[in-house]
Amino acid sequence: MRTARKFTAMAAGLAVASLALAACSSGSGSDDETGGTGSGDEVEVFTWWASGSEKLGLDALVGVFETQNPDVAFVNGAVAGGAGSAAKDLLQSRLQANDPPDTFQAHAGAELTDYINAGQVEDVSALYDEFGLRDAFPADLVERLTVDGKIYSIPSNIHRANVVWANTQLLTDSGLDPAATYASLDDWFVALDAVKEKTGRTPLSVATTWTQVNLFETILLSDLGADGYNGLWDGSTDWASPEVTDALADFEKLMSYTNEDRDGLDWPDATQQVIDGNAAFNVMGDWAVAAFEEAGKKAPADYVYMPVPGTDGVFDFLADSFTLPVGAPHPAGAKAWLKTIGSLDGQVAFNKAKGSIPARNDAKPEDFSEYQQSAMTSFGQDTIVSSLAHGAAAPAAWANAISDATSKFTTGGGDLAGFQADLVAAAEANAG
Amino acid sequence: MPRQIRKWGPPLLLISPTLILLGVFVYGLLAVNANTSMQDIHNSSQANGKAPVSFVGLENYISLFGSDEFQHSLKNLVLYTVVFLAGTMFFGFVWAWLLDRPVRFEGVFRSIYLFPMAVSFVASGVVWRWLLNSNQGENASGLNRLFQMIGLPFLQNNWWNNVNVGIAAIAIPAIWQLSGYVMALFLAGFRGIPEELREASQIDGASNWQMYRHVIFPQLSPVALSAVIIVGHMSLKAFDLIMSISKPANYQTKVPAIDMYVFKSSFDYSNAAAVGAILLVIVAVLIIPYLVHLNRTEKHS
Repeated sequence: MRTARKFTAMAAGLAVASLALAACSSGSGSDDETGGTGSGDEVEVFTWWASGSEKLGLDALVGVFETQNPDVAFVNGAVAGGAGSAAKDLLQSRLQANDPPDTFQAHAGAELTDYINAGQVEDVSALYDEFGLRDAFPADLVERLTVDGKIYSIPSNIHRANVVWANTQLLTDSGLDPAATYASLDDWFVALDAVKEKTGRTPLSVATTWTQVNLFETILLSDLGADGYNGLWDGSTDWASPEVTDALADFEKLMSYTNEDRDGLDWPDATQQVIDGNAAFNVMGDWAVAAFEEAGKKAPADYVYMPVPGTDGVFDFLADSFTLPVGAPHPAGAKAWLKTIGSLDGQVAFNKAKGSIPARNDAKPEDFSEYQQSAMTSFGQDTIVSSLAHGAAAPAAWANAISDATSKFTTGGGDLAGFQADLVAAAEANAG
Repeated sequence: MPRQIRKWGPPLLLISPTLILLGVFVYGLLAVNANTSMQDIHNSSQANGKAPVSFVGLENYISLFGSDEFQHSLKNLVLYTVVFLAGTMFFGFVWAWLLDRPVRFEGVFRSIYLFPMAVSFVASGVVWRWLLNSNQGENASGLNRLFQMIGLPFLQNNWWNNVNVGIAAIAIPAIWQLSGYVMALFLAGFRGIPEELREASQIDGASNWQMYRHVIFPQLSPVALSAVIIVGHMSLKAFDLIMSISKPANYQTKVPAIDMYVFKSSFDYSNAAAVGAILLVIVAVLIIPYLVHLNRTEKHS
């Protein structure tokens, strides 16, 4: 009996001791982290570039960074999974817990609104002046990045979202001229019909919801024009207007040409259908070019690309960018990283590997691939608008609401009028 | 008094870490969640204390229950749970019954039926996403292709992409995974019935079917209840399987747990908390009567 009681007491004591130990260890952990405040000897870079061409790009960028800053250690904070959604979830909790990385990747534009409103990112306008970036980036771009006179991130690369990719062989089989471009959506419908009738293959491949939103925004852009499209986000275009209704009808018609298993696929699967000749057309951002190149395909013998019909002369842009979080443990390291991001060497090295184009306008086109050269030319002369599907046009809550409405519509959960009503409600809840 | 302490002290000391941890991390956080769900934190500035937050009572709950989208999620949850429960109970019971009679290689069959449970929902979800591909006709793959190959092309359908009943297709892999577990529960139930009862019924001249119908099955009802509770609460929390077959943004497969995730990732903490509280209540409605019942029967015995 006595020994039993002794044992109980010992066990209880042990349990208490282990609790106390756990408390201690978590305490000392946070001490270590705050101990390094202010030193510029390292930089933790938080991204979702963990695989594929994105990883190659990051590696190239780190190479340039280490030559420019030999005494700053690079700490890779890349988080894989879910096209960035896993990283964003983790980032959200870290920022909430006041444990920010030294710099993090974010889509430039409206997606930053949440971080700005939450007071989690610093104004980096001063760095633009210090690094001379205002002249290096196109004025259109700097304007799109500026919020109330302040800029909160430095773009590392530019992508274009309004690109149609097509399989040359399948177009020829359908009796279409692969070199043809389509001035309007109506012309394109004729071509899509031809593919359907002549070959029985999928005329237009698309994947899960965000790629449908990507398609949807290019249709809005095509039917409303650049000014009308921009107006959707600043309130000057009415979501309830008949012009938007027409665009929705065009979108509905386009969706009727698409593959039925779309919701289970992600963009590489939809693009692969064009590469394999199972689908004729695919609308996807220009990161798709890397998929064609990886498959050993050549343009224009195997595939062709063009702006989405009706959007020629408009560059639907999205950009990755880097920020300076409030309370970053190593601000000096973060500034060194941002300097590399904005530098010509950094942008050229990164974009050559990733397949995107530099945000700077002084990069030499001959260093880049054929597609990249054409994108650089367009970026230099086209009207630049912000992409919805990639966080440049609207803050996350609004973009999510549009994505929900689109999914409800394309899965048959509602009709066109209901879709428009949902879009109007989303705009009312989020605009301003 | 010291005697009292001596009597209660050590046991209390022993369970106090558990009590404290449970109190803080379960009940404390439940309270925090309930509090969040009754505020108006709908954007990032409020979530980080940069904008004022006010108490709105049950407003979030009212607007959630009033929205078509959330009703759709709840309807999906009910459909999923019904199909999942019916499927696992049916297959689990039938398999256990078959294995109850003396069968050769019983151990092998038992293992085969149980194996799917060892696979994580995420891993099986990835495979079932291919099997449940919704393409039909020329582009078909997965089960639809199989139907074509075995000459039953009329069985092809768009599986989980059907906006009304698609969620039931996601219950198929869940049934496949958990039927073996329900079988194990029922098998234990069958084996727990004393041999004497079977012999007695045979002496009384009962046929094999009569023996099962009147002697064995009635004694399985506690097992059946446990199985319903275990599978039912798993089904209400369904998240990983749906996430890995479908995507959180897909309307046709939305359930409350997915809504909670989507709200949380767009800084709408109050609505996320409200959905969480609703889920907790739904699960509690199922579990609490069961626990009360269990407590009573234990006291009786």
